[in-house]
Amino acid sequence: MKTSTAVDYTFEEILDWLPELEANLEEVGEIIIANLIMLGEIPAPTFHEERRVNFLTDRFSEIGLLNSSTDEVGNGVGILEGENDDDNILIVAHADTPFSENVDHTLSVEQKYIRGPGVADNSLGLAAVASLPSIFEFLDITLKKNLILMGATRSLGRGNLEGLRFFLDNNELPISAGLSVEGAQLGRLSHVSIGMLRGEITCTIPEEYDWSRFGDASAILTINEVINKINDIPLPKRPRTSIVLGSIEGGTTYNTIATNASLRFEIRSESSDMVEEIGHRMEEFVAEISSKTGDEINLDIFARREPGGIKFSHPLARKTRFIMEELNVQPRLSPSTSELAAFIDKNIPAITLGITRGDNIRELDENILIEPIYKGLTQLIGTILAIDGGYCDTEQD
Amino acid sequence: MEDTVTQNKIEKWLSENTYHHSEFWDLKKMVERKEEQNLTISLCLPTLNEENTIGKEVVLFKSELMSRYPLLDEIAVVDSGSDDRTREVAASFGADVYLANEILPELETKKGKGENLWKAIYQLKGDIIVYVDADIKNIHPRFAYGLIAPLIYRPEVQYVKAFYDRPLAVSNEVRPSGGGRVTEILIRPLFSLFFPELTAIIQPLSGEYAVRRNVLEEIPFPIGYGVETSHLIDVYSKYGLDAFAQTDLDQRVHRNQTTRALGRMAFGLLQTFINRAKSLGIVKEMAEYNTILRQFQVQKEDYQQVEYEIEEHERPPMIEIEEYRKKFQVET
Repeated sequence: MKTSTAVDYTFEEILDWLPELEANLEEVGEIIIANLIMLGEIPAPTFHEERRVNFLTDRFSEIGLLNSSTDEVGNGVGILEGENDDDNILIVAHADTPFSENVDHTLSVEQKYIRGPGVADNSLGLAAVASLPSIFEFLDITLKKNLILMGATRSLGRGNLEGLRFFLDNNELPISAGLSVEGAQLGRLSHVSIGMLRGEITCTIPEEYDWSRFGDASAILTINEVINKINDIPLPKRPRTSIVLGSIEGGTTYNTIATNASLRFEIRSESSDMVEEIGHRMEEFVAEISSKTGDEINLDIFARREPGGIKFSHPLARKTRFIMEELNVQPRLSPSTSELAAFIDKNIPAITLGITRGDNIRELDENILIEPIYKGLTQLIGTILAIDGGYCDTEQD
Repeated sequence: MEDTVTQNKIEKWLSENTYHHSEFWDLKKMVERKEEQNLTISLCLPTLNEENTIGKEVVLFKSELMSRYPLLDEIAVVDSGSDDRTREVAASFGADVYLANEILPELETKKGKGENLWKAIYQLKGDIIVYVDADIKNIHPRFAYGLIAPLIYRPEVQYVKAFYDRPLAVSNEVRPSGGGRVTEILIRPLFSLFFPELTAIIQPLSGEYAVRRNVLEEIPFPIGYGVETSHLIDVYSKYGLDAFAQTDLDQRVHRNQTTRALGRMAFGLLQTFINRAKSLGIVKEMAEYNTILRQFQVQKEDYQQVEYEIEEHERPPMIEIEEYRKKFQVET
């Protein structure tokens, strides 16, 4: 199924072509691995993605994409033109990683693995987006719709999806579907976003040593009290709800009382009411502990997501499942709090896909398997072709 | 007077023949110029137990400098007989892999990096050969194209050497620049004594360089530590400083060697240097030297000698090898 002009092919033809496509992609595997190395070795902590995004847009310019540029919030965007320019598919990967500039970003390439900080989340996702124009050129495929390829900035943590939200708020191109690409895990098929509220509780105690409070004047003890209160919050089984205590910091050494401590958390629920209710309870007990201890405690909520998304039976989710099954990839339906949420807010049908299998995600020894990358890319291209062919539109059903 | 002449010569050479890799960002143009000149270029990666870094080097060079921009015509790993999976990994990422011993097998077996570099001249086809060490962790296409570019753009340049000089912060202050410990303690003082113009080469021992075949085939190759030093002296003696260029490739991240290992390296380098100094008539009537380096270790109060036999064997210029002349149809 090779064509230099866009042609109509049936969804079954796309499915039949997938094994051949996967074999072809192995021939150009070096493209994505090279992009992964070069992108992944450029540090890109949230709010400081400029160099990584510049590399991405250089790649887009080199292959001749139109409108390869960066915008006000630093997103890198390139458009692979289709034959009919009245419709667009947005393929996005977040460009930021949780690792600071000071971390050694060297990736090591072994026969089966690639290792290094951020390799899965999300250097590989971004490398997939960077490689798509070369891959389509190699496969000699022209699409009908435009493919908007994007490295989104300010996605993680306090970034709160600012990059993608900015783009969706300000661009004038009609977008019929969104695909969010993550390096791992292959098989991931997220079509709904759960309600989420992300924040940080910081505690500061006065510098002066207070003998009257000997033994208990510590920001760590206060944060501990906060954690006890969080654990006392009853969580319902339905709607499914959880509180993730993601990271804790406090103090400096063995024998100095900790004057600062912080706790980072995320509240997740299928119900936005439940998220809000837990958020209110946190505000209340933070105020209560603060007045009881005299410590300064701040609750900073800096990211929110509304639950939503497309249905399990939506053609985009269903056709992607068929593609995965054809490739012997077991779809794992997991809700997402990532880029998907920004699409949902704009009522754009969207899913999140993973490219390969990885371990130790967000750790310094993060690693991915090389071989499944080709299957992951095949799944991505198959899904793009299905969207391009109109098989993922609701009107078709 | 002579000092001023040397100083001016070095100053002129530094301003005209010292580059930064970023000057060569336009790979499309470079490939066009290469094709206009009908040049072929080979990349040689000499290896000994480099399974951790070789895959990354091969995949990056292949993707960027063969598939995307066809600057390289071949990527070859010439291996000294690794007992790890170096050859397997390199082949799996698409390099041509050779065992040094299997190239020109009728010759007496020798083992060393210089041997691999020398045999690459026979095995590889390029008009230009670029050598890049296989232990670079932060490998990037610039490690090859930064060295090839001066040879493509300037026909009179024969030999391009890498140096690494990325400061963490740039101010107007003067800051020192130079090579590693062996360079600054041994090689630069020796060059200052006997080949002052060669001191302009900022990192004479760097393992990355690109050279025209017609030069490579005419110089002898020490097979051990001394290959880079002897190249510089031989090419300088034959063609002068203007045959050289050097390119700043920014930072190079690699394994650090212990001081004792550098001592062994310095011992080998000194042998090469003395041999060259003798053959060029710079040093006369020097006694034969020993080839055993003694280092010491202590166990409780017992000081023990550790002896290393380090002898710098040398391969003759490749053009003297009959098989080479046949293969490349060189007239005698």
